[in-house]
Amino acid sequence: MIKLAAVYGLTGLMFAGFAVYSALDRNNAKRFGNAAFWGLVALSFLSGDRLGDLANGALVLGLALLAGFGLLGRGQPATTSPEDRVTLAERFGNRLFIPALMLPLVVGIGVLVLKPMVFAGQPLMDPKQATLISLALAVMVGLAVALTILKQPLISPLQEGRRLIDTVGWAVLLPQFLAALGAVFAAAGVGKEIGMLVTAYLPVDTRFAAVCVYCVGMAAFTMLMGNAFAAFPVLTGGVAIPILVGHFGGNPAVVASIGMLSGFCGTLMTPLAANFNLVPPALLEIPNRYAVIKAQIPTALLMLTINTVLMYVFAFRP
Amino acid sequence: MLILLGVAVVIVGFAVRLNPLLVVVLAALTTGWFAGLPPLAVVAAFGKAFNDNRFVSVAYLVLPLVGVVERAGIREQAARLITRLEGVSVGRLLITYMLFRQLTTAVGLMPIAGQAQTIRPIVAPMAEGAAAAQNPAITDETRFDIRALAAATDNVAVFFSEDIFVAMGSVLLMVGFLSSSKIVMDPIHLSVWAIPTALASFVVHAARLLLFDRRLRRVAKP
Repeated sequence: MIKLAAVYGLTGLMFAGFAVYSALDRNNAKRFGNAAFWGLVALSFLSGDRLGDLANGALVLGLALLAGFGLLGRGQPATTSPEDRVTLAERFGNRLFIPALMLPLVVGIGVLVLKPMVFAGQPLMDPKQATLISLALAVMVGLAVALTILKQPLISPLQEGRRLIDTVGWAVLLPQFLAALGAVFAAAGVGKEIGMLVTAYLPVDTRFAAVCVYCVGMAAFTMLMGNAFAAFPVLTGGVAIPILVGHFGGNPAVVASIGMLSGFCGTLMTPLAANFNLVPPALLEIPNRYAVIKAQIPTALLMLTINTVLMYVFAFRP
Repeated sequence: MLILLGVAVVIVGFAVRLNPLLVVVLAALTTGWFAGLPPLAVVAAFGKAFNDNRFVSVAYLVLPLVGVVERAGIREQAARLITRLEGVSVGRLLITYMLFRQLTTAVGLMPIAGQAQTIRPIVAPMAEGAAAAQNPAITDETRFDIRALAAATDNVAVFFSEDIFVAMGSVLLMVGFLSSSKIVMDPIHLSVWAIPTALASFVVHAARLLLFDRRLRRVAKP
């Protein structure tokens, strides 16, 4: 059975390669900072399970300090010039899309065909991790195709990957840092505390007010926690089930479903949802860190209003 | 009450633009401190949580592939391809992408596209190419706006259609939580009630994209 550990090993090797080539990059004045940062990430992926909690904590502190003191630069791997790329685009034409199309194709096959397969009583891949395992397979297939039909150098995956990872920089790890912070918040009972404040101080005595408190509360709470999944149990347990369903007789399917989607409106507006909101501006080389959030706010606010109305209209029909 | 100071650290830290990785660590230490944990225990708890969440960063495995096809000119080809199509605009292109992304996500194929593997190498260069075809004197500011809108379109499309797929994590989380509150429900009921929001999000976001097109046309005509 292919397990997630294999995917972690592959990811670790990739970051180890980034670290080695960063250290050799004389065009980057901060090359050893980059090498140390990506090296620690590689260590985490390759042997995080053997390090123990405290050593992992020290590793995380090291990463935060390297980033916090501005010790990361931007590597300058040798790559093609913009002029070369125009020429190459004319030569290869739409063949360029074939390796990129391997990603959806192989992920689709992995999730739909390979995941249910069983060999000698064992599933081919860990069914809970089928998406990530399929993604890793898809990348390998895509790279093999790209190197063959586009005739790119064998070292180019590592060097080009390093070019992109340095474009994003320390923000690469922000989603994982925030996920870990969410776990610390949950252990300390931060969610419960906010939930108690919401239910103690906000008006929930009319049906309309209660719907507004739940929907807007889901969005606001998600913005604070960075994740609708953290907000859902608190507000659904605190407001939706006792008041909207219990007291006003609302349909729990409508209430829960639209409540979660109201939380997603909050996800679109918070920097704490870094993988959706802060990594893309870095990846797209937009100078304003909050540009994607800014682009999303109007849609998010309109959708929050619409969700509130939808819940009010559909949850209480006999 | 005092454990909420951790949340305050996050808000203030992000607002004054301290390095976010440092802010997150400070917030975790603050929260743990006020929850009565000794500092080393907080560091260990944070380290364990970091290690348990490594799957979040596995998605960067796509970067070497994206980089290689960029090296061979995929972004230039995407921009070239789009200018050959008649009547294409930033808004119409992104609306088409949104429709594709909503339909595939609703049937469980969310991981087939995304910011790193689709928006950066293909969709954003196409959108910029479409705008440059209409107005060759396009400013950098406008290019940044177009890129941000392309990224936003992917997020909006995914967020409001993923719950239509019954085996989605958030749907299963709802089923689990409701059953722990003695409300037993088939996930299909939750998925059905995600459809009105999905339709509304398409209308709302598509309208915004068309308004953006109008703004671009007004800028192009002096």
